[in-house]
Amino acid sequence: MSARLDVDVAIIGGGLVGASAALALRGMGLSVALLDKGFCGAQASGVNYGGVRRQGRPREQLPLSQRAHAIWPRLASLIGIDGEFLRSGHLKLARGEADMAALEAYAATVSDQGLDLELIGHNDLRERFAWIEGDITGASLCAGDGHANPRLVAAGFASAARRAGTHVLENTPVTGATRNGAGFALEAGEGLTLRAGALINSAGAWAGPFAAAFGEPVPLSRIYPSMIVTEPLAPIMTVNTGMEGGGVYARQVERGNCVVGGERGLPLADIDLSRPTGDGALAIMNKAAELFPAMRHAQAIRFWTGTEAAMPDRNPVIGPSGTTPGLFHAFGFTGAGFQIAPGVGEVLAELVRDGATTTPIEAFSIGRFSKPPSTSDRTADGSGADRFSEPQNRGVFT
Amino acid sequence: MNGRAQPLVVGAGSAGIRAAQALVAAGLRPLVVDEAPSCGGQIYRQRLVPDERSETALYGSEAGKARALHRDFAALAGDLDYWPQALLWNLRDGVADIAVAGESRRVAYDGLILATGATDRILPLPGWTLPGVFTLGGAQVALKAQGCAIGSRVVFVGTGPLLYLVAWQYMKAGVAVAAVLDAAPFSAKFAMLRGLMLFPAVVARGMRFVAELRLRGVAIHSGVDNVRFEGGDAVSGVAWTQAGRTHRLACDGVGYGLALRSETQAADLAGCAFRFDERDRAWLPQRDAAGRSSVRHVYLAGDGAGIAGADAAERAGERAALALCEDRHLPYSPERAAVLDVERARIDRFRDVLEAAFPYPTHWAAGLADDTLLCRCEEIRTGEARDAIDRFDIVEINRLKAVSRVGMGRCQGRICAGAAAELLAVQTGRSLDSVGRLRAQAPLKPVPLVLTPAPRETEAAE
Amino acid sequence: MPLLHRIARKGHTTVAFTLDGEPREGRAGDTLLTAILSQAKAVRVSEFSGQPRAGFCQMGACQDCWVTLADGARLRACTTPLAAGMSIVTRAGSAA
Repeated sequence: MSARLDVDVAIIGGGLVGASAALALRGMGLSVALLDKGFCGAQASGVNYGGVRRQGRPREQLPLSQRAHAIWPRLASLIGIDGEFLRSGHLKLARGEADMAALEAYAATVSDQGLDLELIGHNDLRERFAWIEGDITGASLCAGDGHANPRLVAAGFASAARRAGTHVLENTPVTGATRNGAGFALEAGEGLTLRAGALINSAGAWAGPFAAAFGEPVPLSRIYPSMIVTEPLAPIMTVNTGMEGGGVYARQVERGNCVVGGERGLPLADIDLSRPTGDGALAIMNKAAELFPAMRHAQAIRFWTGTEAAMPDRNPVIGPSGTTPGLFHAFGFTGAGFQIAPGVGEVLAELVRDGATTTPIEAFSIGRFSKPPSTSDRTADGSGADRFSEPQNRGVFT
Repeated sequence: MNGRAQPLVVGAGSAGIRAAQALVAAGLRPLVVDEAPSCGGQIYRQRLVPDERSETALYGSEAGKARALHRDFAALAGDLDYWPQALLWNLRDGVADIAVAGESRRVAYDGLILATGATDRILPLPGWTLPGVFTLGGAQVALKAQGCAIGSRVVFVGTGPLLYLVAWQYMKAGVAVAAVLDAAPFSAKFAMLRGLMLFPAVVARGMRFVAELRLRGVAIHSGVDNVRFEGGDAVSGVAWTQAGRTHRLACDGVGYGLALRSETQAADLAGCAFRFDERDRAWLPQRDAAGRSSVRHVYLAGDGAGIAGADAAERAGERAALALCEDRHLPYSPERAAVLDVERARIDRFRDVLEAAFPYPTHWAAGLADDTLLCRCEEIRTGEARDAIDRFDIVEINRLKAVSRVGMGRCQGRICAGAAAELLAVQTGRSLDSVGRLRAQAPLKPVPLVLTPAPRETEAAE
Repeated sequence: MPLLHRIARKGHTTVAFTLDGEPREGRAGDTLLTAILSQAKAVRVSEFSGQPRAGFCQMGACQDCWVTLADGARLRACTTPLAAGMSIVTRAGSAA
């Protein structure tokens, strides 16, 4: 089979970033091809924890995060489903005075960013969140944050992009991409040739080779956040809950299941596939039962992991290529992509159309990796993200 | 061999028992884990306590086989380790996580024989979640293992050899059998004549069940369609159509099943490659004639690797153990292996006969009503699944699960995944194999959140 | 009318338990499912629709018969032997 397709924009990777960029570009009237080596939204975008949370993000991410924040409540009109988005609030717990001090420092640092954080003391916490047990010193509540169903949101953006006229090409791995005259030439799937004026690399954990192909190698590694899910339970958790410094994070969906994370899975022989470890799952389960006593009799019915791209400084790569006009990168969200991805999609569309965006993204330039990296950016596993950290929260702030 | 870990046998039914026995005979000391409190699997399941019924009353013509299996396994007691009421919930890289007695034990194994068995194959029908509607296997467990009838006036519905067997067993136990509703047309049963050459006694027994049911006035309706279970807080009747006419029958219990489906989740976690089997209309772990999977030192035996029945399972269990011995360069009898292979091939040919006599009513899947629950765990209706397929352009079963929750509940798709795949294939105009198979995930069945890790190194005393 | 009708073990030792607070008797050798369904029509109600459920496969596959004890413990009725003193709550919609 051989086929040709000419589009204004080709997007490699049909996750939440690529699919939301496709939808935004279609809204601008550009022709778009969205390519995925498998199914859209089946990787990190679809199998993450589902936290929709600004709290805890480094300050430089907050303008982008705020832009995305405005999109989440509009999902129903944007993509036809609400993605089970719940503005439940996000509660970050502190175990000990040092953690509480860190939460207070964070609140002060981001006070001008509109997160409306509320610091809650021990007694107040006991009263308002009686379902949390254990030695908790206090907490920080971001009432505007929440959670959503990742399996629906990414797939929903891809479907909406398709309905809007995007050429959605699933099971179509891109095997070659080169700059060619005024645009790009792509080889994909079985005999498909694409010509595109602009190219977006939103290939997640698989983005590294595409960046390298254009002379921009990046220190991308893979992480496998691991989650467990309980059987449906009567309402317990009123907010999406995380822990300062990591440890465990949990939310309860409207149908009653509690989703709890806090460990890392391992890749299988095919490193594109991963699975939770037995030890990791047991550790999450036991932690959950300790922290949330109402769950202690529940059965765990599912475990899962996903493959996510991680950068050593825990910030994503977002923005124009430093080597190749017309090429834009957006990957490496280090487990923190779900909430901001719809905002990233809009930013990418602006970059393609206008060559600029109104949202500050300089901190995420791929150029930062062309300098020799500082060794302090790295941890033992090379990702900079420890296994306990809440996805979408690396707890880094200055 | 010093320092090598124990072989692990998962399942203590027909296949698992014979596998364990052959491993012991070769001088190995296997660990056998099984979910049930005592050995026997489903077909030779034992009562929790003895009662007034004889084994012949319980197991009928198969009582001798049941006795032999139970006796032979009991005789192995000192030569193997046996964990009953133990759930294998995770497998990875030669390590098994097993929940037993409130703790999770970690077992490093060297050689794995999966004898995980089968359960009833089901397609959703209106009213199938009503109290009083059980699977045919469930109806049989209630009667044999628990000494209870699932109703005082029971209808048996579906296809497969179990349909007539269970109806007959209920009748013999003195329960009023209101009717047998066979999904297949009456003419399908002529296929059994082809089986006379292979297993005349089995064919004769089946014919005797039908004859005795008829003799006792049990109505047998063939070629039934549009079956629905009716009732309020419990089943109170069954409606169906036959040759275009609607019929209705009052009852207070239903046994329903469409032959059997393999329990393949453990093989999936073990990393075994799968192939689509046209006869079973299911993805099954690949195996060679001896039971070797695609993964070194992982063997598959019994109905868990493709439906063949209890007699085949006994032989497959022993055969897989011989293969394990051969692969470990232990003495084993190639002659015995050859005999087992011949016997299993013969049973396999009979399975073709049974398939023709008890065909799977695939048109039932195509005709699923939108308001019928497709996934009984998550209570997802067929129409909701159809909408999800359309909205998200779904062509693959794991994606259907992701966006619709079908197969995502407590049973992890054991009951509904087959039907969901049939539905997806019909709706997208694809072949059943092309929509893929539901990937297994740990935990293989629900595990308590509070499960104390109890690391354990099992060193074989070889 | 209960769902299950005893054919055997009628004379076996009785095992006392409670069902939604009412004292009941099972028989030695009962599973929890048998003990409940020989007295009642359901073991639980669905978390989603509130409809009654009474198990389906009776062999630990379908997971339809998870029941709740008064202390919150969760048990799969068809694979759990009845023990004296068990206090079963069939009307709890969920575990907690």
